Amino acid sequence: MSSVGSYMARHAHALLSSAGHLARAPIATTFTVVVMGLALALPLGLDVLVRNVRTATADFSGALSITVYLKPGVAEARATQLARSTRERPGVAAVELITATQALAQFRAQSGFGDALDALEGNPLPHALVVTPRPANSNPADMESLRRYLATWPEADAVQLDGDWVTRFNAMLALLRQALLVSAGFLAIGVIAVVGNTIRLEIQNRRAEIEVTKLVGGTNGFVRRPFLYTGALYGLLGGLTAWLVIAVTLALVSPAASRLAQSYGSHFVLGGPGARELGVLLGGGALLGWIGSWLAAARHLARIEPGSG
Amino acid sequence: MITFGGVAKRYRNGREALSNVSLHVAPGEMVFLTGRSGAGKSTVLKLIALLERPTRGQVTVGGENTGKLKARRVPAFRRRVGVVFQDHRLLVDRPVFDNVALPLIVADSSLKEIDKRVRAALDQVGLRGSERVLPSELSVGEQQRVGIARAIVSRPPILIADEPTGNLDPQLASEVMALFRRLNEVGVTVVVATHDLHLVRESGLRQIVIENGRIAGSEPGGTLPVIEARR
Repeated sequence: MSSVGSYMARHAHALLSSAGHLARAPIATTFTVVVMGLALALPLGLDVLVRNVRTATADFSGALSITVYLKPGVAEARATQLARSTRERPGVAAVELITATQALAQFRAQSGFGDALDALEGNPLPHALVVTPRPANSNPADMESLRRYLATWPEADAVQLDGDWVTRFNAMLALLRQALLVSAGFLAIGVIAVVGNTIRLEIQNRRAEIEVTKLVGGTNGFVRRPFLYTGALYGLLGGLTAWLVIAVTLALVSPAASRLAQSYGSHFVLGGPGARELGVLLGGGALLGWIGSWLAAARHLARIEPGSG
Repeated sequence: MITFGGVAKRYRNGREALSNVSLHVAPGEMVFLTGRSGAGKSTVLKLIALLERPTRGQVTVGGENTGKLKARRVPAFRRRVGVVFQDHRLLVDRPVFDNVALPLIVADSSLKEIDKRVRAALDQVGLRGSERVLPSELSVGEQQRVGIARAIVSRPPILIADEPTGNLDPQLASEVMALFRRLNEVGVTVVVATHDLHLVRESGLRQIVIENGRIAGSEPGGTLPVIEARR
């Protein structure tokens, strides 16, 4: 057998041996995997929640706009010209010109003060431009930049940023996302600690085997290998459990979410973790398991020597 | 092959197991370590196999000063010393084949080589056909032979054995000694710690007597009565 084949065979042997150890202790394995699965499910669940809220609301990007009230006396032709030039500006999705005449008509129709308005000598309302940014430019920084630009026009009388509530809503989502990242970090440490402790106990249980292996010339790396695979398998199974937890939760709440969406005339359907998320979950879980077992093995294996018992 | 120069060994509990021990075992020689329980025989073997390091003095095995050997080179060193214990130290949940194959697996031997050598080693100890049997299904004597097969499977130049016949009946004990003699005849240096003076007498080989952690004598097997008188 070639050295590469031999190397692969040794790792395959270590992997199968680790899988066998897990299978021979089903209850202990299940408890560890469930704890890891729940720990991994929490950040995944938050991520799914944030993504679904963003999908359902589309970040309310269409609800964000800036209204520019032009000074009284600005000609309609100039207002039209300003609207056209603003449309060509990068980051701007649409510009609607509401002329003073249109504004008065709308006010007359909606306010119920039609007779009172007839008493006015002229139209007191200015022309106004409603500028809607592109979704990618709906963040607070870009919005503020656009507002400042519009305020520099000599024709501008007042510039009003509409949809502060949307900005606050998006800020809350961003806060939730940050909390998600922080909690994911702490839970990752928790997963590493769980695996590390499990592997520590495993090392103690297999002390005699480790001593014999070292006695016949086994290196620390050789002895460590099956424990690393055990940790990675714990992480992999924990990741799979987390995915199942979220999938089952989504299946249970999805009908209620759909009914809620339908009551708003929406066809929104809850989205779950996709193949990419599953890959990240399994890979991340395996990596955390590997790290936890490596830390435990590095600390405890070096202390076990054939002559130390 | 094996040299002790003024070696002392004090364990962490304060017990001094060896004091100023000097001895030499030539390449290809077979010697016995005899002495009472607790005299220091096992400590001598542990120092040879680098399971312990000397507190003072120098232990040289196969040209290596074990006291100065770096930790990363210890595994390779241990692969050159086959060790047989009285309590066998077998992996109880692994079949005979896996137990015997362990030194070859850790040495990254190919599967083909492992298969060939394990069968040859089991053949040597008369356990061919027991490859898939668990150690618990074997008699004490057979377990001892599995331990010997594991010690010789990688053909180490040095073989040490700590009371290898302690649990065996006289006939099995003679067979084990005959096996050690055969290995010795093909050039393996063998050091056996034993209480069995009858076997030592039969062998006619040199024995090193240890008493209270010191060398009390080093004499050929034929002079055994003198040694017995000391005990």
